[in-house]
Amino acid sequence: MQEQLFQKKIDAEQKIEPKDWMPDGYRSHLIRQISQHAHSEIIGMQPEGNWITRAPSLRAKMILLAKVQDEAGHGLYLYSACETLGISRDELNSQLHQGKAKYSSIFNYPTLSWADMGAIGWLVDGAAIVNQVSLQKTSYGPYSRGMVKICKEESFHQRQGYEIMSEMANGTKEQKEMAQDALNRFWWPSIMMFGPHDSDSPRTGNAMKWKIKRKTNDELRQDFIDKTVAQAELIGLKIPDPDLKWNEERSSYDFGEINWDEFWGVVNGNGPCNEQRLNHHIKAHEDGEWVRKAAKAYAEKQNS
Amino acid sequence: MTDIEKYILRIADTTLILSQRLSEWCSKGPSLEEDIALSNISLDLLGQANGLLEYVSKLNGEISPDEYAFKRDEREFYNFQICEIENGHFGDTIIRQFLIDIYFKLYYQELEKSKDETLSALATKSLKEVSYHLRHSSNWVIRLGDGTQESKDKIQKSLNNIWKYTGEFFEMDELDKKMLKEKIGVNNKTLKKDWDKLVDETLIKAKLKRPEDGYMMTGSRKGIHTEMLGKILSEMQYLPRAYPDAKW
Ligand SMILES: [Fe+2]
Ligand SMILES: [Fe+2]
Repeated sequence: MQEQLFQKKIDAEQKIEPKDWMPDGYRSHLIRQISQHAHSEIIGMQPEGNWITRAPSLRAKMILLAKVQDEAGHGLYLYSACETLGISRDELNSQLHQGKAKYSSIFNYPTLSWADMGAIGWLVDGAAIVNQVSLQKTSYGPYSRGMVKICKEESFHQRQGYEIMSEMANGTKEQKEMAQDALNRFWWPSIMMFGPHDSDSPRTGNAMKWKIKRKTNDELRQDFIDKTVAQAELIGLKIPDPDLKWNEERSSYDFGEINWDEFWGVVNGNGPCNEQRLNHHIKAHEDGEWVRKAAKAYAEKQNS
Repeated sequence: MTDIEKYILRIADTTLILSQRLSEWCSKGPSLEEDIALSNISLDLLGQANGLLEYVSKLNGEISPDEYAFKRDEREFYNFQICEIENGHFGDTIIRQFLIDIYFKLYYQELEKSKDETLSALATKSLKEVSYHLRHSSNWVIRLGDGTQESKDKIQKSLNNIWKYTGEFFEMDELDKKMLKEKIGVNNKTLKKDWDKLVDETLIKAKLKRPEDGYMMTGSRKGIHTEMLGKILSEMQYLPRAYPDAKW
């Protein structure tokens, strides 16, 4: 009965709010998805943070520092949205540290040149936007509102990243090489960001029925590819996919087969930076323990 | 380089190098909120450095702000040595920030009165930011000083270690005297009294012991630094130095 009412609301495009009744499966799906999203924002600070101290101009340094700070803000915002579902930030954090919660695999690749700051902004934030624009209409109120806010900033990031790429692609010979190399390394991981094919994505059914997801992985991936190919061409970079071809009939690009072995390998912990990223996060958390304890002790003294 | 250019570079370099150090905290803070706060302060200081370097560049007419930041060597930097010291643990960073925030607040208050309008305007803008930084750092000094025994011991040690870097704030060399005479610069000596007072106010609340004024580091006004500056610069300047023809 409750379940039918719930589904009726969803079908009528009404938002579900924290105090509303919801099926356990809906709640757990959301917790998994939102926390994964939050963790991605936070772990994603590391590959870009890697270049803050080496940003090549004052302006570049300001933009990158502000961008990474935005991502921290997104994380904070998403953790709060997740907490409305009845789970604490500490718990979410410990799920991450125990390897029970995932984050986007793209951040398990190393950033090796300044062009990677361009590639991440352009491709990774670009892919995130495609996903998040559709999530603005997700059925859970706090998540949907969070996405609206976050999307605005992500499109800034995407433009700034593209600007770096464009400048480098039109720069010196070395810069151009760095730009193409960054695209070569980040292209496939970026299109993997949308997850497995719909046929291999067991949870898609419920997520679509509950309107948590509004578009499937494959639909989103196609949107991203279609809008990104022209951007690469415009600045004279080549997408590293020999099978990429415009399909007149579908009005979309056909593209080559994704290396799913690599995808699942990285998801399951075997990527170049998985261990490093997680250890970095755990170390920061442990190093900060005495600070958090002190703040708590001080606050308690003030209240007593 | 003219006197005023060199005088402005001192402030610019201090904000730039401190910002660089603080930015190393990114993704390493004790909490997400603190991570954001430290980046914020770093970003404000970078903005201040940028404004000052733009002004020096305009006065100079030849060297761009980026060239000032990325193409000078150690001996041509004039930042206080306190900015160069390693971040250490969170308490070390907070103490360094606290001591320098108070200095900045007092310094900018005076610089606001400079007869040089650009400097005065930059000081006004920075002052707002610095007041926020000071609130942040002094709150943490109090929390850590009056938190747990562990935090108290830690931050007292930070304070004792970093104290010797504060002497440089109050020095007056020939250039300072000249700029003061021309009503462009600040009388650093007279800042000391208020600085002491503001430091003490917070240390009392934090139940920390103020270190004695003993041996003080000196030299930054002549471009003398700790060995750490060279490493900061080699990291910071690497790209523009490695690819001199590239634009970024
Ligand atoms: Fe984000
Ligand atoms: Fe972003």
